[in-house]
Amino acid sequence: MRDQKTKYQASAADKWITVIIYVLFSAFAFICVFPFYSIIINTISANDLSARGDVVFYPKKIHFQNYLDVFKIPGLGNAAMISLGRTAIGTTLTVGASAFLGFMFTQEDMWARKFWYRFTVITMFFSAGIIPWYLTMRSLHLTNNFMAYILPTVVAPFFIILVKTFVESTPKELQQAASIDGAGTMTLFFRIMLPICKPILATVAIFAAVDQWNSFQDTLLLMTDSNLYSLQFILYNYINQASSLSTMVNLQNAGSTAMASLATKQTTTSIRMTVTVIVVAPILLVYPIFQRFFVKGIMIGAVKG
Amino acid sequence: MRMYKQTMRGASFRKFLYISPFMVLLAIFAYYPLYGWVYAFFDYMPPIPLSESPFVGLQWFRSLVENQVKIDQLLQVLKNTFGMSGLALLFSWLPMMFAIFLTEIKAVRFRKFIQTVTTLPNFISWVLVYSLAFSMFSSEGIVNGLLKQLGLIESPFLFLQSSDHVWLTMWMWMTWKSLGWSAILYIAAIMSIDDSLYEAAHVDGATRMQVIRHVVIPSMLPTYFVLLMLQIASFLNNGLEQYFVFQNAFNKDAIQVLDLYVYNLAMGGGSYSVSVAISMLKSLISVVLLFSVNGLSKLTRGEGIV
Repeated sequence: MRDQKTKYQASAADKWITVIIYVLFSAFAFICVFPFYSIIINTISANDLSARGDVVFYPKKIHFQNYLDVFKIPGLGNAAMISLGRTAIGTTLTVGASAFLGFMFTQEDMWARKFWYRFTVITMFFSAGIIPWYLTMRSLHLTNNFMAYILPTVVAPFFIILVKTFVESTPKELQQAASIDGAGTMTLFFRIMLPICKPILATVAIFAAVDQWNSFQDTLLLMTDSNLYSLQFILYNYINQASSLSTMVNLQNAGSTAMASLATKQTTTSIRMTVTVIVVAPILLVYPIFQRFFVKGIMIGAVKG
Repeated sequence: MRMYKQTMRGASFRKFLYISPFMVLLAIFAYYPLYGWVYAFFDYMPPIPLSESPFVGLQWFRSLVENQVKIDQLLQVLKNTFGMSGLALLFSWLPMMFAIFLTEIKAVRFRKFIQTVTTLPNFISWVLVYSLAFSMFSSEGIVNGLLKQLGLIESPFLFLQSSDHVWLTMWMWMTWKSLGWSAILYIAAIMSIDDSLYEAAHVDGATRMQVIRHVVIPSMLPTYFVLLMLQIASFLNNGLEQYFVFQNAFNKDAIQVLDLYVYNLAMGGGSYSVSVAISMLKSLISVVLLFSVNGLSKLTRGEGIV
């Protein structure tokens, strides 16, 4: 960084600027983190207090009943499986395809290479629109079909560009040496390029996984079968109809256990917030690890957009 | 020699064969949806299949400029689209300033912390943003709870069900979600500024603000220009998700941007054909916009952005 280079005569105005910068950035950072913090402390506080908006800065009367109760909502477990499944399968295929295509598009002797590369990249700059997309997906029988979560995401132009740029930055001699030793295209890809590309593929995997996990629009447009709902979609439904769900969970609890106290009785707020924490948790857990990667990733992408 | 050439051509074609399944996928999921545009020229009413729907030519396109109800709706929707995209354009310099002042922070750990924390919202979905917004700002939310505790209000303040300032609040949520992330490109640009420029400014006795004005900002203008052009090119594409999750009966008139309007027309009202017609016009205008800014970029900078 430029820490050593910028030695100014610290004037009074400069000091004020420094103070203002620190205050503004701290305030914005607070606004970015507080909603996450607040919702987490609310899910472990007494439910009657959280429903009134009484839990603001620290948890009150801590309990963890919400996290046990929330899985009594029918459909939540299934939605979790759908979200995990599409994230695992979709990410694997997207990373594999991006690696392979990114590598293949560097093979200068490929027939009509330039054309196919443009054919791929140009799709980033136009779209038919969501309704034409929905109508054609329907005509392909991809509504209420798990494959609709996977197939459209396999070929991702932006990721292909990332990998291609990375491959181009590796020494050409590596590939040449392997070719002279008699390695075919596939051997070259699996034995030489794939191990070398690990860092960029990690970046791609993270972006692809976050995209899959966060995806909402495809469920909204294509799925009416509740067995195929993703966590995101179910969360959206819960926000709008949490009251009936809380009544249902409370009825179940009344049958099985003794009287639920006010503190652990489910409210619309407790249900909504607990589901939110479950949906956001994977992102919060992997974020500290992957945030090292994406800065590098976006820089590579920025060099050649 | 001839045999060598033939095997070379064979190898070259075989390489294409390897990628061909992926090109088929791309053709199906990126190009084939364009065929969906034909619905705009039929009077399509499900469950009657397209093959049995009457061909109506440009009737739907004409209705957009002849039918008074449609015109009024469209004008309102266009107003919202222009308002919200306009606000975003107006503040398009924010990520750049964010990056400039962030890199002014000398405490490395504090700076890293701020950068990490402010980038986080970019990685959650709009549904989650809405859920957080709901928890914070609904009538029983934390903000209203706090205001009541402090005795500032008697009855809850309806932040989310209001039709006032919708453009502004939507812009604020967008900024909350993406500001830290958008700044990363500029931070990268600042890192790559040549050291000698700083030294020269230092020798000339430049103050901190002078360095920012005469060294840092000029070095970032090319990046800013490219991003601005791309933003202009996607002026009509606000996206669906944000506006869909935040829409309710109270703010509907002010929140409907083109993408949401098209969705509501088709999936809510069953008017698929009109919806596709609007979609089609929107896509065509977007492509024209992209070519225009690309041309503009070639004229002014000597190179395109695409």
